[in-house]
Amino acid sequence: MTDTTQAVRQAAGTRTIRLEVARYRPGQDAEPVFQGYDVPLMSDWAVLDGLNYIKDQLDGSLSYRWSCRMGVCGSCGMTVNGEARLTCGTFLTEYGEGPVRIEPLKGFPVIRDLVVDIEEFLAKLTSVRPWLIREGEDPPLTAEYAQTPEQLEAYKQYSMCINCLLCYSACPVYVLDPDFLGPAAIALAQRYNLDSRDMGDRFDVLNQDDAVWGCTFVGECTKVCPKHVDPAEAIQRYKLTAALRSVLPWSRR
Amino acid sequence: MKAPPAAYRPRRDHLWFARTRNYTIFVLRELTSVFVAWSVVFLLLLADAVLGGRLAGFAALAAQPWMIALNVLALAATCFHAVTFLNLAPKATVVRLDGYRLPAWMIQGGNHSLWLAVSAVIAFFVLRGFH
Ligand code: SF4
Ligand code: FES
Repeated sequence: MTDTTQAVRQAAGTRTIRLEVARYRPGQDAEPVFQGYDVPLMSDWAVLDGLNYIKDQLDGSLSYRWSCRMGVCGSCGMTVNGEARLTCGTFLTEYGEGPVRIEPLKGFPVIRDLVVDIEEFLAKLTSVRPWLIREGEDPPLTAEYAQTPEQLEAYKQYSMCINCLLCYSACPVYVLDPDFLGPAAIALAQRYNLDSRDMGDRFDVLNQDDAVWGCTFVGECTKVCPKHVDPAEAIQRYKLTAALRSVLPWSRR
Repeated sequence: MKAPPAAYRPRRDHLWFARTRNYTIFVLRELTSVFVAWSVVFLLLLADAVLGGRLAGFAALAAQPWMIALNVLALAATCFHAVTFLNLAPKATVVRLDGYRLPAWMIQGGNHSLWLAVSAVIAFFVLRGFH
């Protein structure tokens, strides 16, 4: 046992909690298997701290993603005891004596251990053109587009998305149909649709069976979102917009 | 360069709807649409019987025990469908009044109140017919 481990154990007393971590080593495992690790149960440790402890002290081969450790980068999303969670914001003490089951986000192909493949999501995200679209102008670089607080309020909620993909993982429609454009991409499209500075039109991408109309309104995306984005609302609102536009083709947005 | 090994694609979970309460409620809401459709058919049959002067025959059919059982079930199912659906309505309706966003409970409460009011009006006319 290294000095660090000893120090950590001493600080934690003798209490430990068991983490059952899904392992998938391509070429070695045919499918994921669970491996148990005992980590110190510290009151201020998030699940991610437990994983870091495993990686640093017990098994350096464990693979998972994280970066900011503060709910901002969106890379540490995993399935914790069956629920999609940001592991940096989920505390070990939530699970009492344990054990805590940690699996990759559901609904995505697994590259290795807890790391999932998000290529398809990135393609979907790009398809909604998540940037401000302006037409017929070439303003100087110093140009500013002022907005009133109300104009900001109209889309602010949707701009809080950190692309953590918890909403995809919780959405049964996405798990059944991987082509579904999905909650975050639609919420982000709405973020720009509702921005007073945006002149783009995302109707063709959003008004599709695999886009807003694929949503059967389960509402789980909104429940699991750690940033209170409410993608379910974004989708239902766009359904209304799309329906109105189909009846009144000259109306926009 | 060697291509990276293929990613593992998890098998589809065929019992996903039984895993959490919310998924189960959602699936039940979808399934109860069948009873909503049946209620519409039943009302159309009633209207047809009234217009064609065959109300007595229709009433005899509606009084069959299996028909009563079916309609009691349909009533429960449509109520469940309506309540869960109306509870979701605030998500699809964002109402702003002079910058103030109407809170969800108002939209939800408004929907339920309207539903009760319409039901009461219908009940009034139907029950009056019995006297
Ligand atoms: S909408 Fe919420 S849950 Fe979905 S990716 Fe964005 S932050 Fe994550
Ligand atoms: S590590 Fe960045 S959100 Fe968790």
